[in-house]
Amino acid sequence: MDLYEHQAKRLLSAYGIPVPISEVAETVDAAGQAARRLGCTGFVVKAQILAGDRMSAGGIRFASTPVEVETAARALLGNELVTSQTGPNAARVKAVQIEEQVIARRMLYLAITIDPLSGEVVMLASAKGGDDIETRARGDSLLIQRLPLRLDGARLTGDFAAFARSIESDPRIAEGVAVVMQNRAAAFVASDATLTEINPLAVTESGHLVALDAKVTIDDNALFRRGDLARFKSAAIAPDRDELEAQEHQLNYLKLDGSIGCVVNGAGLALATIDLLADAGGRPANFMDIRTTASSLDIAHGFGLILANPQVRAILVNVHGGGMQRCDTIAEGIAVAMRRSARRVPLVIRFAGNNAAYAATVLKNSGIAYTSANDMAEAARIAALAARKEAA
Amino acid sequence: MAILVTPETKVMCQGLTGRTATFHCGRMLSYGTRLVAGVVPGKGGRTHLDLPVYASVGEAKGATGASASLVFVPPQHAAAAMIEAIEAELELIVCVTERVPVLDMVRVRQALAGSKTRLVGPNSQGVLAPGLGQLGVMATVDARKGRIGIASRSASLTSEVVLQTTNAGLGQSTTVGVGGDPVHGLSLPEALELFLDDPDTDGIIVIGEIGGSEEEAVADVIQRRKPKKPVVALVAGRHAPPERRMGHAGALATRGAGSATQKIAALERAGVHIAHDASRVGQTMRDALS
Repeated sequence: MDLYEHQAKRLLSAYGIPVPISEVAETVDAAGQAARRLGCTGFVVKAQILAGDRMSAGGIRFASTPVEVETAARALLGNELVTSQTGPNAARVKAVQIEEQVIARRMLYLAITIDPLSGEVVMLASAKGGDDIETRARGDSLLIQRLPLRLDGARLTGDFAAFARSIESDPRIAEGVAVVMQNRAAAFVASDATLTEINPLAVTESGHLVALDAKVTIDDNALFRRGDLARFKSAAIAPDRDELEAQEHQLNYLKLDGSIGCVVNGAGLALATIDLLADAGGRPANFMDIRTTASSLDIAHGFGLILANPQVRAILVNVHGGGMQRCDTIAEGIAVAMRRSARRVPLVIRFAGNNAAYAATVLKNSGIAYTSANDMAEAARIAALAARKEAA
Repeated sequence: MAILVTPETKVMCQGLTGRTATFHCGRMLSYGTRLVAGVVPGKGGRTHLDLPVYASVGEAKGATGASASLVFVPPQHAAAAMIEAIEAELELIVCVTERVPVLDMVRVRQALAGSKTRLVGPNSQGVLAPGLGQLGVMATVDARKGRIGIASRSASLTSEVVLQTTNAGLGQSTTVGVGGDPVHGLSLPEALELFLDDPDTDGIIVIGEIGGSEEEAVADVIQRRKPKKPVVALVAGRHAPPERRMGHAGALATRGAGSATQKIAALERAGVHIAHDASRVGQTMRDALS
């Protein structure tokens, strides 16, 4: 679960990390009122989306009066932003954060994340924070310092004082950086985060440290023991209603912009199916991975989502029945969904593995017409051709 | 023979009495796996599936001589179960549990460091050695005893490739799912090395996908060891849509690995036979062997 900037800052500030004063607004009027309440001499109005690199996409604007804040909010609210990190789908701005403008004399970078290869929690830090840090790091291997941390009971430990001195030469400020590092480590464990990033951590003219932007990702698998963070989930603006609904039905579903609905069990097989489809000149309308725990009614729900998508011209089912998810369970789900919907598009099915033959019988007995394919490459070719014919 | 398991390997199941564990352990027994005990805290002294149930891993090991454990414990308690098995010095742990919190896995990795235990998983379909035994939840209908080793990040693609290697008349020595979680035990390159050292494996298939950097690490192992056995790789996700990202730390921590194209290029440079798509893996291996 990714947190919005304002949520991330609220979380970090609870662990003693200094952030600028701010408010969140969802309307232009509310933005103006917030600016009047804050009464700052300079404001930053920031689009709240779940991706970084907002500055170059125009998602961060500066204002010196409440009226200018309203103008900035009007330009952002309800509009879409595409940044280098949103992927191809733009993010719609549903809220803005109005924040006191803080002038940074210098900008540091501070992150904690998990290195999958070493299996460790690592702290990353740099004396030169800022937006293009990733590009700069590619050309300069010394730009980012790295400190592996040790998980000791409920504490993440490491030599923060020495690590802070490695990125900050002013000993008084380095002391402050070490405290921020320590607090960040505490916040990371206590919230079961997989990522916390402060970029930049500003050093002000007076030598104070302020986190100007923050990103936090919480481990979804740990939400069962982080009831206090679950409130962020309901507050977070869902990426897509269908996707959330599918989650509740044991399906990983992601809407794409093509014309071929895909029904596959297993994430790897689903990726491989999309590859074959693209090779055959087809474009997937969605990614779907049926989890092993999905029942036939869950599957019926997922199949229904695809039938209800007006862009879909053909449906490709590629199922390899495994130890838990057998082909016939999926066939039953398809049959239920077809009974519920009047929509008919060409259906191409490839069943293999556990109960493949029985699944074909289930569909036949339900009177469902489909083209059967022997292997997944053939299935992809037929589906791509069928979608092109339907569109013509 | 196979990797990770031998005909002598005796297996216990942590969490044996659960519904899913009961289902799969029944399948494992009928497949001929030497499953000899269950471990369920608070249920010591009972019998389940005609197997004795013990309260701890240590007791089960002492009483039965089991050296491997299959962990079927719910995610909240999975890390504690794995750490218990590591502390009891079992040789092999296979964890199939999905959705284990990642910080719990960091703790498990700390416990593994310097131990005598090898961990496969979590979120793994397990280890299958056709003719020898099954530790996991995979289908076995299409598996045949043979001389191809399969190391995979994807359970569903493993089933697919097992079918293709069987149809190609090759069969499998062992299949290993390293699991779908970011922090896990046995890695793809480690599994590859086990197969390289196994005299009963003639060819190795590595199934990777986008994300992480284990396929790049596989390429490094092959560059270093220059194996005589053919290695075939499939990397799924060439046409996956780019993902939304949060910040820079992920890319900075892993030094920017991850796309299917990058992985395929690294593997190709190392001399791996690339299966262009998932339908051609068996054929690619047969061609590489001839």
